[in-house]
Amino acid sequence: MRFWIGAAVWIALAAGVAVFAKNEYVFFATYTVLMFVVLATAWNILGGYAGYVNFGTPAFFGLGAYTGAVLYKAFALPLGLQIVAAFVMSGLLGLFAGILTLRLRGIFFAIATIALVVIMETLFINWRYAGGATGLQLLRPAPLWPFQSYITMLFMVMALMVVGAVAIARYIERSWIGRGLRALRDSEDAAECSGVPTLRLKLFACAVSGGLMGAAGAPMPMYLSFIEPASTFNLNYAVGALAGAMIGGTSHWIGPVLGAVLLSSVQQVVTVTISNEINVLVVGVLLVVFVVAAPDGIIGFFRKWLSSK
Amino acid sequence: MALLEINNVSKSFGGFAALTDVSIDIAQGERFGLIGPNGSGKTTLINCVSGTLQNESGSIVFDGADVTRKAAYQRTRGGIARSFQIPRPFFSMSVLENLMVPLGYVVHLNNKNAETEAMNILERMGLADKAGAQSSSLSQVELRKLELARAMAARPRLLISDEAMAGLSGSEVDEVLKILFDLNASGITIIMIEHIMQAVMRFSQRVVCLDAGRIICEAAPAEIVKNPEVQKAYLGA
Repeated sequence: MRFWIGAAVWIALAAGVAVFAKNEYVFFATYTVLMFVVLATAWNILGGYAGYVNFGTPAFFGLGAYTGAVLYKAFALPLGLQIVAAFVMSGLLGLFAGILTLRLRGIFFAIATIALVVIMETLFINWRYAGGATGLQLLRPAPLWPFQSYITMLFMVMALMVVGAVAIARYIERSWIGRGLRALRDSEDAAECSGVPTLRLKLFACAVSGGLMGAAGAPMPMYLSFIEPASTFNLNYAVGALAGAMIGGTSHWIGPVLGAVLLSSVQQVVTVTISNEINVLVVGVLLVVFVVAAPDGIIGFFRKWLSSK
Repeated sequence: MALLEINNVSKSFGGFAALTDVSIDIAQGERFGLIGPNGSGKTTLINCVSGTLQNESGSIVFDGADVTRKAAYQRTRGGIARSFQIPRPFFSMSVLENLMVPLGYVVHLNNKNAETEAMNILERMGLADKAGAQSSSLSQVELRKLELARAMAARPRLLISDEAMAGLSGSEVDEVLKILFDLNASGITIIMIEHIMQAVMRFSQRVVCLDAGRIICEAAPAEIVKNPEVQKAYLGA
């Protein structure tokens, strides 16, 4: 109940900002932060709960973005439907990739997910209709009432998506699915011998995680009015999603939220005040600092601090 | 009819034949001992029965149904539970929560009923005071009891205990033996794999000895120790 009150307060706050804030840049920057909250939350479902480290975030994110762009170009589909379609497409990619790769463990799974990014990028570079290597220019439609500008609307869409993604992750974490995922992360054989259908659970986690990443990617072409393969399938998304979850802590749904907000906000500030190159460095430095000083992330750090008092 | 039929099971790893043509029938309610020197294939056989490994030829029939191609979790749901030789608790969970996994996935209890039953099992195993402890903080004997407790939580009809007593002291062995006798008295068929001879001999009604992946002897405990093949396998000669 407290969770839903919190979610309602968050939506109200975001709506308030959307109505009253005048500076477009606020929305432009916050959109990115919120997008990384969704990505980190989605990553954590497979990477945190099940312990399968996934570097394939750009593949799912990019497929979602291209699904949105192509459907808009072909049928002028409204944004809501683009997001649903992106969720389905990336979810299916997760399922399919999962069937091929989830029998691999540890480092081998991680390598397979990087290969997935390369495959997806190559596919879209060679697809003329979707713009090929040069990309696709898109004209934004008029924003829906009551929004003043399209960016404000996208900000609100992302604010809602954060609630959706976190609610799904939280549900999985607390349900018997989450317990099964934790069991298989600790020992896959012991989980099987305790009746946990490990392959089925991993496929489910991979599909939901991928689907949410795709949904987060769907509004991207409209956000930039442009889409092209190299930046869409950029490994920075993989690192950002992973780092957000690791810095925040992977054992609780709040971890990726805190981590992504912290990391992504710092990145936005650094991009504006210093340079776009330094912002990538920030991810690396923060990740190293946390791995050394607080290996269980922000929430692990606070748990330790609370129990030592 | 036998509860478990192992029919001509063979398993090899690359060129190494771990099991060759092993056939064993185990009756409902039996206390069955499986012995053999290190590397003789005991654990491989158990892995094939529980489904963590797939045997290449032969079949495994449990309660009249062929389970040879069934996944491990399906076999557990069908009534075969096991403990692991090297304890594999769910380290990130408490002792109680370890038991909640099979209680949720096999018995399909809701959280409240699962907790009650988990506490009952821990009580029987003498682990009740550790219910809230993180499983990574347990001692060796507690870990082995947890292995058995978690297997019990799946409400099995066949329990496979893979070296549950290795490394335990004399009184601890007695403690675990008593638990296994009690479980058997409540109708559960038990396969015991053990290196501690005195324990297997006391517990089992029938013993099979494996050597280099083959059955070399099957007899009552009193006879098997006198068998020259068994003595040769253990002592060399």
